Amino acid sequence: MARITLDHLAHAYRPNPRTPEDYALKEINHVWKQGGAYALLGPSGCGKTTLLNIISGLVRPTRGRVLFDDLDVTDLATESRNIAQVFQFPVVYDTMTVRENLAFPLKNRHVPRDRTARRVEEIAHLLDLTRVLDRKASNLTADMKQKISLGRGLVRPDVAAILFDEPLTVIDPHLKWQLRSTLKEIHRALDITMIYVTHDQTEALTFADKVVVMHDGAVVQTGTPDELFERPAHTFVGHFIGSPGMNILPCRVEGATAFIGSDAVPLQRAYRTLSGGERIELGIRPEFARLQPKGAGLPVRIRRIDDIGRARIARVELGGRPLAASVPDGISIEGSEASLALDPRHVHIYANGHLVPGEALGGHAA
Amino acid sequence: MTKTVNNRAWLFVLPVFAIVAFSAFLPLMTVVNYSVQDTFGNNQFFWNGIAWFQELLDPSSQLGERFFDSLWRTLLFSAIILLIEVPLGIAVALAMPREGWSVALCLVLMALPLLIPWNVVGTIWQVFARGDIGLLGWTVNRLGIDYNYTGDPLDAWVTIIIMDVWHWTSLVALLCYAGLKSIPDAYYQAARIDGASRWAVFRTIQLPKMRRVLLIAVLLRFMDSFMIYTEPFVLTGGGPGNATTFLSIDLVKLALGQFDLGKAAAMSLVYNLIILAICWVFYTVMTNVDAERERVEA
Repeated sequence: MARITLDHLAHAYRPNPRTPEDYALKEINHVWKQGGAYALLGPSGCGKTTLLNIISGLVRPTRGRVLFDDLDVTDLATESRNIAQVFQFPVVYDTMTVRENLAFPLKNRHVPRDRTARRVEEIAHLLDLTRVLDRKASNLTADMKQKISLGRGLVRPDVAAILFDEPLTVIDPHLKWQLRSTLKEIHRALDITMIYVTHDQTEALTFADKVVVMHDGAVVQTGTPDELFERPAHTFVGHFIGSPGMNILPCRVEGATAFIGSDAVPLQRAYRTLSGGERIELGIRPEFARLQPKGAGLPVRIRRIDDIGRARIARVELGGRPLAASVPDGISIEGSEASLALDPRHVHIYANGHLVPGEALGGHAA
Repeated sequence: MTKTVNNRAWLFVLPVFAIVAFSAFLPLMTVVNYSVQDTFGNNQFFWNGIAWFQELLDPSSQLGERFFDSLWRTLLFSAIILLIEVPLGIAVALAMPREGWSVALCLVLMALPLLIPWNVVGTIWQVFARGDIGLLGWTVNRLGIDYNYTGDPLDAWVTIIIMDVWHWTSLVALLCYAGLKSIPDAYYQAARIDGASRWAVFRTIQLPKMRRVLLIAVLLRFMDSFMIYTEPFVLTGGGPGNATTFLSIDLVKLALGQFDLGKAAAMSLVYNLIILAICWVFYTVMTNVDAERERVEA
């Protein structure tokens, strides 16, 4: 059981890194609390697997330290860390039975035979593998194999954290959901830190209490799924999380008003510090940009309206820029001209991609 | 899925049948023809039934004794070759680099012996192992070891075996290397996390993943070593005495040296059947392993 601390951690695959571009993983400071369910979310190549491999000890970081509680494990070999990892493609030992697979990590650590046997039964029961314990592991389905991979981590009583590297990639869609809820159950049953790497926002948001979003080798935001949705700290988070993602529009800000072209958008907060040199953008999620009949609001041209089941999403154009907006129930719009009403509580201003906090109007924080 | 049955399609296969008939079947029939006849010259042949086969397979006859001597010699040779080249090939494959510029260098160096024509290999070693001018023979003799591959049967065997190992271990190693390369990194990483020792990694990951290529390697090396002719013929000519007279060499002596066409034909047919039988065993083992897997999977 341990708290995992990443202290000024950075990694470059090439020797002698100089520029920030040389780093696959830019400097990161983070604490994974004991027993937490974390997701590491980001597109392919953003450095999340590198980070995972550093924690498990498969990769030694170029700079910085990894601490388990207060113990520096940066130079400790993988097998001496209390870490288990489940990989993208299921790893089972083909020649062994499921039982032997599960016992393998304990056998290598010279755990007495009777204790091993008991522990294997326990974990098999937890993972619902009891039926197949004596079958060859190579003949099972991908989701079973993934459970065996996980089981090999769980049998070790010393394991403090389990790392998942996109574990559902090769699982059939209808089993993904099942396996994910098994993971949730296990997380609740055992007090184990879980770090789950994925590029799938649904997986991340449903699995984790806390999501760490990575982009281009750096952590851009850490927060609960709600925080990521309501207050994206970076335009990347806004765009990457949500379906469709956040609308990002170049704008000009004067005090508590943003101007998109010549159209004014009232804001809830005042932005006095924005200088001319930065790239200023306005971010609004489609859920908070509502389409209404032509009138007050931003004039838009409708391209098409998609029915995505639980809601209707309008694809519109504002000053030549594509935008997504929600269409409230019971509203029908004639022709292609309409207006857009933005909920000022959910309009965010970004400078060079980063959220600008601004100052609350009326002297109290919003 | 339904298949369209059109018997006229067989016409397209006809040329292959014709070519195989002329290149393999007819020559083989000639051999069968010789094996059941005897001749006293003048191109006159008499029906001889299965007498040649009876003589060949009767260890108490002169021909039979000679045949079984060669057969055991060849089997022993193949066994030694497999026992040395397979483990050595695996070891070499394990030691080969996985990435970087040295991979290409290694592969080229390994492939070199495979590219040399058989008789050139024989010639190279004939000179290399000579006691007077050969680097190997001279050095070994200077070390105080009495070594003479043309006079001592054991020396001749050792020389031929080392030559074959030098020539063909690369093949086993390259096949194994290909098998090793196909193992995803995650397996090694998982093994490290599971605390597996180097030996456990080999036993539980590398060896099972190499099994199929290994069977192919064993099959190829068995067939090649069991039919070996050119290299020992060039190196020792089957000697000293009959010490390195393997079946193929004996067969050529019988057919082209003594011109005993009937005996030679019978011998080559039996030789052929032995190879077929052993290959069939290998093939059955290979397919059985796969079939067993599928059965359990289903």
